Amino acid sequence: MEKHLFLGDEAIAQAAIDAGLSGVYAYPGTPSTEITEYIQSSPIAKERGIHSRWCANEKTAMEAALGMSYAGKRSLCCMKHVGMNVAADCFMNAAMSGINGGMIIVTADDPSMHSSQNEQDNRVYGNFAMIPMLEPSSQQEAYDMVYHGFELSERLGYPILLRITTRMAHSRAGVVTQELKPQNPMHCPEDGRQRYILLPALARKRYQALIAAQPVFEEASENSPYNIYYDAPNRKLGIITTGIAFNYLSENYPDGFEYPVLKITQYPVPRKMIGRLVASCDEILVLEEGYPVVEQQLKGILSIDLTVHGRLDGTLRRDGELTPDAVGKALGKTITQYYATPEVVEQRPPALCQGCGHRDMYEALNEVLKEYEGAKVFGDIGCYTLGALPPFRAIDTCIDMGSSITMAKGAADAGVYPAVSVIGDSTFTHSGMTGLLDCVNENTNITIVISDNETTAMTGGQDSAGTGRLESICAGIGVAPEHIRVMVPLKKNYEEMKQIIREELEYKGVSVLIPRRECIQTLTRKKRASKK
Amino acid sequence: MKTDIILSGVGGQGILSIAAVIGEAALCEGLYMKQAEVHGMSQRGGDVQSNLRLSDQPIASDLIPLGAADLIISLEPMEALRYLPYLKKDGWLVTNSQPLVNIPNYPDVEKLKAELDKLPHKVVLDVDAIAKEAGSVRASNIVMLGAATPFLGIEFEKIADGVRRIFERKGEEVVNLNLRALQAGYDLAKN
Repeated sequence: MEKHLFLGDEAIAQAAIDAGLSGVYAYPGTPSTEITEYIQSSPIAKERGIHSRWCANEKTAMEAALGMSYAGKRSLCCMKHVGMNVAADCFMNAAMSGINGGMIIVTADDPSMHSSQNEQDNRVYGNFAMIPMLEPSSQQEAYDMVYHGFELSERLGYPILLRITTRMAHSRAGVVTQELKPQNPMHCPEDGRQRYILLPALARKRYQALIAAQPVFEEASENSPYNIYYDAPNRKLGIITTGIAFNYLSENYPDGFEYPVLKITQYPVPRKMIGRLVASCDEILVLEEGYPVVEQQLKGILSIDLTVHGRLDGTLRRDGELTPDAVGKALGKTITQYYATPEVVEQRPPALCQGCGHRDMYEALNEVLKEYEGAKVFGDIGCYTLGALPPFRAIDTCIDMGSSITMAKGAADAGVYPAVSVIGDSTFTHSGMTGLLDCVNENTNITIVISDNETTAMTGGQDSAGTGRLESICAGIGVAPEHIRVMVPLKKNYEEMKQIIREELEYKGVSVLIPRRECIQTLTRKKRASKK
Repeated sequence: MKTDIILSGVGGQGILSIAAVIGEAALCEGLYMKQAEVHGMSQRGGDVQSNLRLSDQPIASDLIPLGAADLIISLEPMEALRYLPYLKKDGWLVTNSQPLVNIPNYPDVEKLKAELDKLPHKVVLDVDAIAKEAGSVRASNIVMLGAATPFLGIEFEKIADGVRRIFERKGEEVVNLNLRALQAGYDLAKN
């Protein structure tokens, strides 16, 4: 029993190691990245041979995690919320097959979009897949839930979805750890073919099994040490909190709750506990970080004889993360601000670093595209998305990982010329390669810029899956070698870069331009490390 | 004992090191602590902030409510002003006076100074200059921490121990530089 100061992410990582983890599988994504990084740098993980290398994307990660579980060992799969969209094919079907070794899937959601393109609440995915979910309210609870979560997963026979949000992932607090457990030996399932071959006839049985397991999951929630009912004298209102919303409620009642409170941190929702709250209180207020998931379940379609307040009736804002103030306001408390932000304070948006190769790439690209009326640049997810902001204003779209290539393809099919795609090296190997194959198969008139900084930069410089092999990957997919053009994005090379860009825009077919220069952040870090 | 602190600055200035030192000291003191920080996109030269809460009682929320911060520690004057809605009526603002200009519409420095002057409790220091004197401008953040130490509710020596432990890995030279920086900031704020 030792006390450590851990980020929520680190608490999850340490708990997984302590619980006998054999492998973590993940693709970097804020705010989930630090889970895998922690395991990568853990001496015990190294000693135990715990797999922790980054995967090409969230889908390959989840499939590998399921494979490790199939072989009887405990596996962890981590992603940011939008990563679940990529992994969803495996996720939904892992709920059909069930697991062998304990498997925990961590989704780190980002309400208020601190570093994301939407604020989807992946508890919806948990309900969709019909598997048990955990949503810790503190770093200690995150540790405990993961430490015991693998056993829960093995006992129930299904993967567990652990949902956290930015303020849990990236907030530090003291955490007491427990003793290190042994790892599972390899043992493949005896009834494996009945469960893991989802041919229709077998899959129908598996779905029936999943449906039959629902009352068992619910029973686990009713008896969970993490779902707690706090009684209080004033029954005019009953409050349901999920995850960290409990903390914001507690902040508003430092001397104890005024109304009865049901703290939910394990799903499916404990129906009996909710029934008790509803039966004893006049009205219900639901506080949840994210979408009104429980609120909607509670209201159903008709809301018969039950007044429910929350995000749907405007008691709380529909969008954005919760704060102690938002919750206080929902409870009718007055908030006193003594000072205002002076008008003179300006926004300070993030920007590409000085000396970053993406800057030189955009400078040259912008110059050439001035010569083409009707040019459209399809961007992608990464540091280079900041090319949308001044002074560059260089991209027209940014939707999802890999979409630069395929959206440019669709636009080119519709007649857009030049259709340019800008994608980073890590995003290209994450989700761009399959789109490139579509382009090659139709010889689409498209120019793809793979802006290669040899790392996954936005999330802090993790290894990029295709480093050193981008040309051979593109050639292997079928791009003509003479239209794979590598350049060094530096001011002194602008004329040469512009010439190459022009030539490839003029070529009627698939061109890949690779401006390649190491990320200035990882380069500086390496230089500092070598000085020591 | 309860101290709620907003740390602010620009991505890359080192507010997380300040938080790490205070956190280390708080843990050794047996205090409860919560510290929420921002990673990811905003670290690229944008405004960054961290909520740091210390208490001898368990802490509920990771975020500090509006009007409740005892202290704002900022490495940049405009970023200090951004978080004023969180400051208590009698709270203190401790900030670097030197602007970091990385946006084209950065406001007139005199106007920022005028806004800082309006506040009843503040310490405004050119920590970059003091850090240079102490040995390196890279220790500016620790000068700032030194200047904020009288307001933390933790003794100076405990913070110095925190500096030793956090920078231990980087060698004695770095430890000593940061200890000088801490002392210099502390001395100036006390006077």
